[in-house]
This record gives sequence, C-alpha cells and structure tokens, in this order.
Amino acid sequence: MSKNKSDYLINRKDNQYEVVIGLEVHAQVTSESKLFSSSSTKFGAEPNTQVSLVDAAFPGMLPVINEFCVKQAIKTGIGLNAKINKRSVFDRKNYFYADLPQGYQISQFKDPIVGEGKVILDMPEGQKEVGIERLHLEQDAGKSIHDLDPQNTFVDLNRSGVALMEIVSKPDLRSPDEVSAYIKKLRSIMRYLGTCDGNMQEGSLRADVNVSVRVKGSKKLGIRCEIKNVNSIKFMQMAIEYEANRQVDLIEDGKSIDQETRLFDTKKNETRSMRSKEDAHDYRYFPDPDLLPLEVSDEFVNELKKNIPELPDDKKKRFIDEFKLSPYEATILVSDIETSKYFEEVVAKMGKNKDMKLAVNWITGELFAVLNDKNLEISQSPVSAKNLAILVNLIKNGTISGKIAKTVFELMLDGDKDPQKIVEEKGLKQQSDPKAIEALIDKIINDNREKAIEYKQGKEKLFGFFVGQAMKVSGGKANPQLINEILKKKLQ
Amino acid sequence: MSEITKQSLSELVKNIKDKNLSSEEVTKAFIDRSEKSKELNAYITENYSSALENAKKFDQKPNLELKLPGIPMAVKDLFCTKDIRTTAGSKILGNFVPTYESTVTQNLWDEGAILIGKLNCDEFAMGSSNETSFFGNVQNPIDKNLVPGGSSGGSASAVAGQLTPVTIGTDTGGSIRQPASFTGTVGLKPTYGSCSRYGIVAFASSLDQAGPMAQNVKDCALLQEVISTYDPKDSTSIEFKRNEYSKELTNNIKGKKIGIPKEYRVEGMPKEIEDLWQKGIEFAKDCGAQIVDITLPHTSYALPTYYIVAPAEASSNLARYDGVKYGFRAKGENLTDMYEKTRSEGFGDEVQRRIMIGTYVLSSGYYDAYYLKAQKIRKLIKNDFDEAYKKVDAILTPSTPSSAFKIGEKKDDPVSMYLNDIFTVPVNLAGLPGISIPAGHDTNGYPLGLQIIGKAFDEQSILNIAYAMEEKIKFKNKITDWWIK
Repeated sequence: MSKNKSDYLINRKDNQYEVVIGLEVHAQVTSESKLFSSSSTKFGAEPNTQVSLVDAAFPGMLPVINEFCVKQAIKTGIGLNAKINKRSVFDRKNYFYADLPQGYQISQFKDPIVGEGKVILDMPEGQKEVGIERLHLEQDAGKSIHDLDPQNTFVDLNRSGVALMEIVSKPDLRSPDEVSAYIKKLRSIMRYLGTCDGNMQEGSLRADVNVSVRVKGSKKLGIRCEIKNVNSIKFMQMAIEYEANRQVDLIEDGKSIDQETRLFDTKKNETRSMRSKEDAHDYRYFPDPDLLPLEVSDEFVNELKKNIPELPDDKKKRFIDEFKLSPYEATILVSDIETSKYFEEVVAKMGKNKDMKLAVNWITGELFAVLNDKNLEISQSPVSAKNLAILVNLIKNGTISGKIAKTVFELMLDGDKDPQKIVEEKGLKQQSDPKAIEALIDKIINDNREKAIEYKQGKEKLFGFFVGQAMKVSGGKANPQLINEILKKKLQ
Repeated sequence: MSEITKQSLSELVKNIKDKNLSSEEVTKAFIDRSEKSKELNAYITENYSSALENAKKFDQKPNLELKLPGIPMAVKDLFCTKDIRTTAGSKILGNFVPTYESTVTQNLWDEGAILIGKLNCDEFAMGSSNETSFFGNVQNPIDKNLVPGGSSGGSASAVAGQLTPVTIGTDTGGSIRQPASFTGTVGLKPTYGSCSRYGIVAFASSLDQAGPMAQNVKDCALLQEVISTYDPKDSTSIEFKRNEYSKELTNNIKGKKIGIPKEYRVEGMPKEIEDLWQKGIEFAKDCGAQIVDITLPHTSYALPTYYIVAPAEASSNLARYDGVKYGFRAKGENLTDMYEKTRSEGFGDEVQRRIMIGTYVLSSGYYDAYYLKAQKIRKLIKNDFDEAYKKVDAILTPSTPSSAFKIGEKKDDPVSMYLNDIFTVPVNLAGLPGISIPAGHDTNGYPLGLQIIGKAFDEQSILNIAYAMEEKIKFKNKITDWWIK
C-alpha cells in the first residue's frame, strides 16, 4: 500500500537513522456516565462533585459495567477495521497512588475487547497503513493537584472511573508527520463514530509515545523509550524529534540506550527519565473477580455494525467516485465529519445543474478562511450550507461573476443572508444581455479609437484594457464571458 | 410460652403474628440478655436504643405480612449498615460509618427485622477462631476460653448464646459452617451468586458469600429465603428461580442419593469425627436416603489452592484501605510513609500475612507458578463435583476435622489454623451451597457438625436433607449460661 517510505531520517557523519514509533493512545469514551458507575463524566465540574461510592472505592462497593461504553469500544473497533473479541476479561492493575482510590485500575490485560486492526493514512507521498495491535477498555484515575498548597496535594476524583479506550498501534510509524496524521485519522474516525470527542485540551485524547531508532535498512528494532502522557500533536512531534536525536547521539557516542519511561518537558522541549526498567511497577495483573468475563454475541456486534455511519475512508472514495473530486479535495472534505456533512448539504442544495469544483473551492477557500479567521468550527459557520449552495449556483448560472460573488459572500456573513436577495437588493445581477453589452462595447471602442487601432496593429495586450473598461463602465456587472466574445468580434 | 430468648425464629414470628408478643418485648428480651452477656464479647457495636425505638415504631403500626415482623437481629460486622459503624473487625475501619446499606441487610430490614448490633468477627473475615479481631476474642457459649470458630465467630456465639434469634454471617472458606459446627448451631453457605455481595466488606470476591446462621434448619431456610435476591448492583449475582425455602421445606428425602467422598477421610482425623460421620451416614439411611460412595480426587489440593486464591484477591481488595479517603490514617512524612504506617498500624498480623502471600503469588515471575496454577486446580475441583453430581443429589462430610479448641491454642500456628477449613474450602472453590448442622458431641461435650454439600442453586435439597436428619439426630446444645453472673 505504501508507495514510498517517508524519508524522515536522522543523519550523522557516517550513518542514517530511521525512527520507529508506536503509540498508545488513551481516548476518553464519549458517554454520560462512567465505565463502572453511574456518575456523570461531564468535564469541568467542581472538584469531587461527580464521584460515587464506587468511584471513591468505599468498602463493599462493586463495579457494574456500563453497556454503552462497551458498545462505544466495539464501534471504535469496527471503525479501526479490527477484530472484535466476543469474550474479553477485565483485569486489575494494582498500584498505590492517592488519586487511585481502589488501589488498582480496572483494565484489560490479556484479553482485550478489540484485537488487531488497521488505519490508512493519507500522506503527501501516498497512502500508508498503520497496524493496530489492540484496543482495550479501562478506568481513568483521578487527578492529583500539587500546586494549590505548599505542603499538601489535593485529589479530585471527578475523572476517577471515566471510561478510556487504550488504542495500541504497532511500531509502524516512521516520522513526526506520520504521527500527526495518525492521531488526526484516529480522531476523525472516532468523531465520525461519536465514540470520543478527541478534545486534546480537555485531556480526552492523549498518548504514550514509544520511540526507538535504528540504522536505516536494519530490520531489528532498537531499544525503546516510552514518553508518557503527551497531550498535543505538536508536543508529540517535538518529543519524538528530541528523543530520536537523543538516542542517535547516544549510539553515535558508543553508549547504550536504557529502556525506560520518560517525561516530555514542554517548557524545556526535552524528555527526561521518569523511571528505569528496574524501577518499573509490578502491576500484579489478575482477572477482576468482581466482574465476570465480558461476552458479546454475534447479534450484538452485528447490530452495532449495521448502525456504523459511513467512515472517512469510504466517504472519501464515494466523493471521488460520485462527485469526481480529486483525492486531495476529498481528503480535506472528509477529515472532519462536520465538514463532510456541510459539503454534502451544499451538494444536495445545489440541485441538478451543479458545479462541484466551484463548491469545493468556495468551501475550502473563502469559507475556511472566514472560519479560521473567526476561530469557528464549521458547525458554527455564519453561512449556512443552503445559502452557500445558492451562491455557487448564482455563479454557475451566470447571475453573478466570481468577483461579485466575493462581495455577496461578505454581505452574507452578517446573519446568513440569502445571496439571491442580496443580489437583487444591491442590483448586483450580472449584465448578460448581448445587445446591451454590444452597445456598451461599441461606446468604449468609440471613446478609445486610437487604442483600438493599436490593438488591431498587433498590440494584443490592450485586450485587457478594453475588458477592464467594460467592467468599470458596467459597475462590474457585465458578464465577463460575453464581454470577451463580443470584444473579440468587434476588434477583429 | 417459653422464655423469649429460648424461642426459635419461627416461634417468635408466630408469636408476634398472633400478637402474643410485641416486637418491643422480643427486642427488649434479646437486648437484656445481650447486656448480661458482655463477657462473650460477641458485639463490636451495639444498637440497642435505636432498636428499641424501631421495635416500638413497629408495634404502633405492625405489618404482620412481613417474613420477619419486628424480629430483632444482630449481624456480622462485615455488612455495611447505613449510619452505623462498620469495622470488619479491623482497626483500619475502626471509625468507619457507611452512608449506605448492604443489599443483604436491606433485605432483612425490608422484611421487618430490626438491627440490635454488629457482631464480632475475624479481621476482614480472615481467621478460623475470631482471634484476629481488633476488638478482641469472642467466647464460645459452650465453654469458657473456647473459641467460637471464625470468621463469623461473634455471629455463632450470639446465636448459640441466644443473644439474637438468628443472624447472618459470611463464608469465604468456611466462615459460617465452621463456627456453626463449633457452637452447635446451623449455618448455610449459599451458592456463589445467590446472595448479593453489594455492601459487604470484601475479603476474596470470587469466594465470599453471605448466609444465614440459626438454631435450627427451618429458621435457616426462612432467613435464606429473605436474604437471597438477584441484585444488579453485584455483577456476580445470578438470576435464577429462588425457592420459598421455608415453605417448601420437607423432611421427605426418600430415595435422595447422598455421596460419601472417600478423600475426606483425611490422615490424622480424630476417631470421634470418623464416628460422627458414620453416625451421619446411618441417620441419612434412616431418613430413606441412599448412600453412594463417590470420589473427589482433587480434594487434597483444595486447601493450598484456597490459600493462594483467597490471599491474592484479598491483597488487591484491601489496597483501598490506604488512609487517604476514610478509616484510620497514621501520620507520615510523605505519601508512601503515610501508606506504610497506616497499613502497618491499621492491619493486624494475619491480615498482613495474607496481603503478603497474595502480593507474592501475583508477582511477575510467580504468577504462573502460583495464581494461574491455583486457578487451574480450582477448575479441576469444580469438575470433581460436577462428576459426582451426575451420581448423587448431595454430599455428606464432617464440617470440621475437630471440635472447638481453646483460645490461644493455635494462634501462633497459622498452618494448623488453616487446616480447620479443610472440609469447607472445596465448597467455596466450587461455588456450591453447603450447610453445617450439629450432629453430636465430642468427649468434652463440645458440639460437632456435619456438612451437606449441594448442587449449585439447589439449596432446597440440602435444607431438606438437613431438616430430615435434624429430626433424627435430636441434637441438644449444652448451654449453661456460664458467662451470666
């Protein structure tokens, strides 16, 4: 599938190094309540207001699986083209920490709910397949707050017990750009499915990044370091860049790399050791006896499969086939589900005689610029898909020129005005009566006889002058195509 | 009418329903006797005044349709009770007051029972003599300085001493049946999944099960009928058709096949236990049952398996007692220091021993050799029973390999202590129901029990067999009230 490997390489005197990256993405499941309790998962509530007795691990409290979260995980698995395991097991991962009330995290160790799958990345040099190792469900821990008091640490358990999907990739990524594309693709798929909002600012999506390096061409994997809990794509890229170079430097200096867990310091832009392999926790995983193995039937999975929406890859294919878009255009339009919805609504509203290219250009050009400028999501667009479709049609059927359309678009921004009405009210309709344009051109040629003669003698550049004059006199409303045709005839 | 506290649960229910007795009279009688019985140390927390109030309230508007109308009852202090201290016999929960009620106790109150107190038990139900309780030893009403068994030692002592008409305990490896056997009472460990574990302080989640303890089989059946409900709050609770155990109780067990497993004839078993068992076989025959020799080949592995599985789960279940959220907290220099001091001071020796064993068997490098192997053997033990139940309806064994021993006698010898559970742990490992009924006395006059093990969810059959045998055995507990001055 991959046409040519990304050529992100680290060069040193005699050697070229390849970077090998695998990600463990922690994606918060979109759900009303937590994985094993009925507490709310809403972000931003007052500390410790969304904590049940189960979340706070009171004596005798028991976890009960939230079926909705199971469905979300399976849907995500389907979106990742992955094997859904009909039987999975919840295990306890034991360790002590103040924000871990049970003294263990309920996770899935040996038998995850989702097995191997794959994700396709659209890279500038072509498509690349990234393997998914597994997806499992687990509980989030609470939050320790160290900076509110010089002596004490405060604990907020609102997040304790919230469902996470840990999505583990194979070590298939080779550059920071691929990592960026991978995260964006995962996020896109999960947003299409409604299984994770992918909001990295709120911590809904974060990743542990495994990085190793090897001399280009080598088949053996190098010793990896795991960079914990990186919460933005930019930081992931920076961390990889730093870490890969650090490892290469060690190798070049004849030193060995320690397998360890590292932290990325965003202020200093460096990774530093958190704990070595020797200090690694012994989590003493074992099946949680409070929960029976999770068994799902074929019908259960099939029912979910039936209701999976069209996902970005399929949508892209359809956009190319059905709307004759270029792969590049299609990729842009499907990357975000809301954008694709907007586009499809524009297409629908354009009716029969539609200009797909024009519509795409207007969305990815003018509209994106406005959204970017105003920092808006497309779902909050000041111009509705319906009105944008009308605008595109007005251009297509010659009612207004592309240039006038830009003026109209500016006016539409204020209250999502109907472009048809704007054109009528402001008298912006394009002059397309050949007779009127002919009269207009006759007058211009008459007023500029000398220039007309110069043109006829071969100064062809002057053609533009006449066009400009015609536009000016008509107040920009004359149909440029007609001007061109008639001018050519008249100046022969 | 006999003295109130000497009456069985069934008699008390009848007398209250017939308005011969008020709830207040009954409640007061048990409280009075409890007050006079402080030397037994059966209670950790008393709830007398509130119980009397509730009894009065009941009498004002008595609902006589209920199964336990205005019946006072003390329960093991492992059940969380709303607004009433729940300690699990531990210092670490010494000040813990739950804001919630366990499902099993809620079922009791819903049927009209009234809580008179929380009963002593081994710390976190880990023990076979009630000597690991932070709140001190419990005396066996049978004789001074005799252990009542454990971990439901306070419960057994309270029933035998008539401090409560009936009670509920929990049984992880024998903690209902062994103390029942030591005190001449009846104790039922129901099928795993029959009674909800919600709100019970967990010891070993895959083994823990609540169950009734009573003076006789009929009372036991009635209590089981009340506490066994399907509970969606416990993922291991099982939905099945629950009998009306007391209504359907019958002494007609003609033709029932009762298996005698040869592997339970363990080495060094006292002759009096062997004799008791033989006597039991004769009684069963007298009742019309058919005796069948069976084999449970993996029996000898049950105890070591249990002492891997139970501590493993316990080591994880008890991680939550860390001084952070509730319960006892020791001062520490930093978080780790606070953890270490809290848990060293808050947990007793036996609990710490089991946490260490459990942590060890789950450690990487040892997991396969211990925990995983134990799980495999557990399956084999269950298979043994499945095979046996193709031939028989129930299995008859002694409840314990000895009668009650003296306080302090085995305290420093954990292995000999663990051997107490040799006949009871296989039942927990297989998730089956088992009942212990008093069947005789040893040379000291201390009671001895027989255990009847049933098929999963077939509590009715073992209750019926126990009921029929009880009639033949005509056991009389020798309680002299030695502790009452």
